[in-house]
Order: sequence, then C-alpha cells, then structure tokens
Amino acid sequence: MNKKESPLKRLWNKDGTKSIVSSLISILIGMVVGGIIVLIVGLTNDTISVKGAFEGIKLIFFGILSTGRDAAGNLTFGFSPVNLGNMLFRATPIILTGLSVAVAFKTGLFNIGASGQYLMGTAATLYLALTIPTSSVPAWLVWIIAFAGGIIAGALWGAIPGLLKAHLNINEVLACIMTNWIAANLVTWFFESSPLRNSMDYGKTGYIQKTTANAVSTAKLGLDRIFPGSQVNAGILIAILLAVLIYILMSKTTLGFELKACGSNRHAAKYAGIKDKKSIVLSMAIAGALSGAAASLYYLSGNTEFFWSTYQSLPAEGFNGIPVALLAYNNPIGVIFSGCFMSMLNIAGQQLKTLTAYNEYITDIIIAAIVYLSAFSLFIKMIINGRKKRKKEEVPVPTADSDIGDDGAGIKPAEDQEGKENS
Amino acid sequence: MTFLIQQTLIYAVPLLIVALAGVFAERSGIINLALEGIMIFGAFVGVYFINIVQRNHLFTMKQGQLLVVITMLVAAAFGALFSLLLSFAAINLKADQTIGGTALNMLAPAIVLFAINVIAQQNVLGMAEGDSGSWFMLKKTDFGFDRTADLGFFGNTFLHRVYISTYICIALFIILSIILYKTKFGLRLRACGENPQAADSLGINVYKMRYIGTTISGALAGLGGFVYALTTANCSSTGDVAGFGFLALAVMIFGNWKPLNIALASFLFGLFKCLAAAYASIDINGDGVYTLAQINISPNFYRLLPYLITLIVLAFTSKSSRAPKAEGIPYDKGSR
Repeated sequence: MNKKESPLKRLWNKDGTKSIVSSLISILIGMVVGGIIVLIVGLTNDTISVKGAFEGIKLIFFGILSTGRDAAGNLTFGFSPVNLGNMLFRATPIILTGLSVAVAFKTGLFNIGASGQYLMGTAATLYLALTIPTSSVPAWLVWIIAFAGGIIAGALWGAIPGLLKAHLNINEVLACIMTNWIAANLVTWFFESSPLRNSMDYGKTGYIQKTTANAVSTAKLGLDRIFPGSQVNAGILIAILLAVLIYILMSKTTLGFELKACGSNRHAAKYAGIKDKKSIVLSMAIAGALSGAAASLYYLSGNTEFFWSTYQSLPAEGFNGIPVALLAYNNPIGVIFSGCFMSMLNIAGQQLKTLTAYNEYITDIIIAAIVYLSAFSLFIKMIINGRKKRKKEEVPVPTADSDIGDDGAGIKPAEDQEGKENS
Repeated sequence: MTFLIQQTLIYAVPLLIVALAGVFAERSGIINLALEGIMIFGAFVGVYFINIVQRNHLFTMKQGQLLVVITMLVAAAFGALFSLLLSFAAINLKADQTIGGTALNMLAPAIVLFAINVIAQQNVLGMAEGDSGSWFMLKKTDFGFDRTADLGFFGNTFLHRVYISTYICIALFIILSIILYKTKFGLRLRACGENPQAADSLGINVYKMRYIGTTISGALAGLGGFVYALTTANCSSTGDVAGFGFLALAVMIFGNWKPLNIALASFLFGLFKCLAAAYASIDINGDGVYTLAQINISPNFYRLLPYLITLIVLAFTSKSSRAPKAEGIPYDKGSR
C-alpha cells in the first residue's frame, strides 16, 4: 500500500507543490473576499439587485469566459478568443514586471521601483520608435533599436537605487519610491512640449502618437488568427522567452548563484569573495531592464497610446509585478502563469465594469488581498505542513519559527524555493 | 511671506503628524510602510463622513470647526482600525512587514476607488455642499475682528485663513513626543523596538506594546490623511495622496527618529512641496515681482524637487542614521 501511494506522496512532499497549493489558497481567499464585498455592496445598495450581485460574483470567477449578455439580458458564457487574446496581450508587461520584482527578491532586494523603470522604458522606446525615420532605416531595425533603448533606459534607472543601496546604505524601498516619482515628473517634462504628441487625431494632445505612426509595430506571427479580434502579438512570446532566460541565468549560471548568495547573506557572500556591491547594482539593473522591456513591448505593439501627463500617477503595471512575483514564489517560470492570472483578473474587472453596476476596482481589491496573504504565505505553508504532520504522527502544530527577517534589514525576499530544488 | 508661511504649514503639518505615526510604529519594532495607504483610507473616511453629515444637515456652516474636530477623530479611529490589518499580520502571523505594508498600500486605493465609484459614480468624492474654505477655514471675523482690520504680520499669518487642524496637529505632535520620550510607557514602547527579548524578560508584553505602537501609528496616519485632504485637496478624496506617506517616511529617517529633527525636516519638505504647488504665485520679498515664475522653468522641475532632495538628503544622512535595532523583526518568544 505504501508503494502505491508513494509517487503522489512524493509530489505532495515537494516544496514546489506546497508553494503552488499555498498560492492557490491565497488566490481563492482573495477571490472570495472580492465576492463577499460585491455581495455586501449589492445587498446594501438600492440600485443593485440581488441578481446583479450574483452576476457580479459570477463575473469575478468566470469573467474571462464572459461573452456579454443575450437578448433576454442574462449573462452568457463561453469560449471568447477576444478575451483570451487580450489576456495574453495584457499579461505581457505584467509578466515582465513580475520577473523584475522576482529577480530583485531572489537577490534580497525589494524592487518597488518597477513603475519608474517602466516609465523610463516607455519614454526611451517611444522616442526612438517615433524619431528614427523608417524611410531610411528598415522598420524591423527601428523596432529592435527601440526595444533595446527601453531595456537600457530601464536598466540605468533601476541601477540608481542599486547604487544608493550598495554605496550609501539607503533603503532600496525608499530610494525606489523616490525614483518612481522623479521618473513620473521627468517623463512628463520630456513630453511636455514634444512634437511626438498626437495632434493628428481630433487634435487631442493628451497622448503620444502610436508607434504605427512611424510604421513600427510588433509582428503578430499568426497569433491574431488564433485569437481574432484581440490585440495579441508576438510580445507574449518574447516575454516567455525572457522568463526562461532569467530562469537559466538565476539557477544555472555562476552569476545567478553569486547574485542569490549576496541576497541571502551579504556579509557571507563578501567573505566568500563575491563583490557584494557590484552584485546589488547588477541585480537592480537586471530588474530595471526587465521593467523597461515590459514598457517597450507594451507600447511597441502599435495599438497602445501613452498618456504623457503622468506626474500624478504611476503605471499600475509596475505595482502589479509585486503580486505576480509573490504568487509565483519568485520562480521565473511560475511568473508566466501568475502573470496570466493577474491579467485574467484584469479582464474580469473590465467585464464587471461594462456588464454590471460594479467597477473594475474590485480586481485591485482582490489583488491587494492576495498580496496581503502572500505576506504570510510561510504561515499558510506551515498550516499545510502542520496538518499533514498531525495526521501522520499526532504531533502538535509547530509554532512559527523566526526564519523570516532575521538579518534585521526588515526586507527579506519570500522563500527561495527554486534554489532548494536545484541544490 | 504670509502666503509662503501659510502654504508651507499646510504641507508640513500632514508630514509632521504622519512622520510621528511612523516613529510610533518603528519605535515599537514594526516597519509601517503602509502609512501612505492608511492616509488614503483616512482621507476617504473623513471626506465621506463630512459628505454624509452635510447631506443629512446635521451641522451648519457655523459649526464647521466642531465638525472638523469630530471628523479628525473619526478619521483617526478608522485609520487605527485599518492598521490592525498590518499589526495582525506582522505581530500574530509574523509576516514580512514590508510586503504586508505594500499590501495595505494597494488595498487602500482599491477599496477607496471602489467605494467612491459606487457612491458617486465617478473617481472623486467631494463635499456635499460648499467648499473647504468657506466651511472650515478660520478667518479673522471668527475671532471677532472686523473684516477690514489689519492684524499685523503675525495676526495675518496665524489667525486669518488658517485651519484649526493645523494647531491641533502641532499640539498633538508635542504631547505625543513628550509621552514617547518622557514617560514610563514611552520608554517601554521604545524598549520593544530596540531589544524585545530584554523588554520581555522585564515583564513587558512585547506583543501588546507593538499593537499599541502600530495602532497609534494608524490613528495618526488616518488623521494626517484627512488633514491632507482637508487643507490641500479642498476636502475631496481621490484614492491618492501623491506619495505623502512615503515622503513622511523619508522625513522620519531624515529626522533620525527624533521629534525635534522630524519637526525641522517636515518644515523643510513642506517648503519644497509648497514651492512645487505654488511657485508661480510666490512673491518672496513683496515687491510684486514673481521671481520664480519669471525664471520660467518647467513646473515639473519644482514637482520633482521634493523627491530629489529626499534622495540627496538620505544620501548624506543614512550612514549616520540610527534606526530602532529590532524594527522589522517579528518577535518570537521562543527565540533569543
């Protein structure tokens, strides 16, 4: 009997499995919280009927399958290529900012500056894609230059908090937040009197021209035929490729090992001959490059417009990288799936807004609830472990041990699952 | 000059009170990164409370000052309630405090915008009637002076066109600073942030002290959020306080977790914020020439100045800064 159970049991005992289970629990609780809020608001608000409240809950869970309303006014569900294609399109930048946050977490840093890096990437990409004339330079080359420009701009901007942390011991969280707002103002300043503002369509100047104005856009590679009517393009493939590359970099190369070693104990790494300051700057630069790439792919798609007067608000893509990374336990491959999940929630929010009296901010509440739960994902995992142990050996649940935050820096990455698996 | 001082005070006071909120949490050993989120929540609660009161005609414009004081209490209470989410995760579940704080920072604007959209069907919630100036601003006529009376420099600056919340916050700042540094309770709270094991061995309940510290922190941040909305945003809530909570954190670090330094730092930052908001209408020496407007630099430069200065200041001070030793480390009775 033991032999028969063992493969399943071995799978269950794997740390990765428990991470996935605890992430799924976080997601489920987050969505239930969203559902409860929808229900409470629906029951207390006179303008929303009980039926409306239940429709809201349905959309939270199955919004991605929504196909609108039928003639009788009932919600209809089914396979929707538009929704799925748009999900992949919106997942592209979130996967990359999620990777950005995950890489930083793995190296012991909290990159809350993805928004600023994203903005710098946006500015560089748009400037290059719109000013290099496609009449003399082939469009594909302009695309590559613009993409590279976005990556470099993001990397440079990300390196600033890294430098401040490494050499001046400034908490990277604060430095990132300040650089976010500086970036927001710089980008607004940069485009304030720029001729790149879109004045062709109805004379509105709130947006920068689409890159298609210069005949530059990401190839579709036939994805538009699989998901007709959606905005999907090859960007999602590039994002997946980058995730695989980061996975290889972090877990199969010496450089990745050095970066991680520096993250788990800076002083020990230094003692072992790793250049700790260089490592910190480098991992922030890599994180910044990924955020910059996120912006490049989003705006090079050719069907997105950039609202340039952004000094009062930071792009949500940057902050959404945090839950994406946390849900994936900082595993680059896992980030692909959690990124798709986040953008699925996003689509569900849009459906909620167009089809019911609710608004899209309910998805932000769900995302925040998931981040909150991720903060004590160790605790959830412990419960999973504890229950199993009690069943087997009748031992009491162990109390939390203090393996988090033991270096006093206050900012520790979530557990490094993958390193353990590979060792 | 009067205009400059009044504007600076308007920006400095929320920073002052929220930075003190940060001090209470960190001195007890909890990193409160959620200050921004709690401010957003407090601002919304305060504005919504005023909105409800006005719609039900519970107060008239004459009782505006009383309404401000009551609303400050309400915002503080809800800020404290909201911060319990952080304390519960950080103290009972020993969660990562930075991620917990970030979660609250994401949760607050989400809840607020969701609620505002349900309540008002738009992205901003304001007062039901009138505006912040006419309802809540103290004017010289409120003190029995004639409309045309000249009160001199001090009178004009501190008695005319000011908010009562400014003075309440400054008084609160002084009282709470004394409590934190000159009383037995304050000493115990600070002990929990420096060496919780030692504090525990002397019979201090570390968990309880940390709950108290974070709750006071939440109350002050909620209060600060409402004061921000009242004085700088015409008593409206948009699910945003423009990074003020984070600036307050920077003020706290710059001020080295000490009240007097924090007070000075927040006035410095208030000045820069004031420059950013009103550089075009500042007449420094009173000769009718708007110097800063004439230099003709993009307003974006003034807007990014506070953040840039923060970084530069941190670069110079963070080597010598003395953070509470045990901040960010979950306290576990079993370990030592």
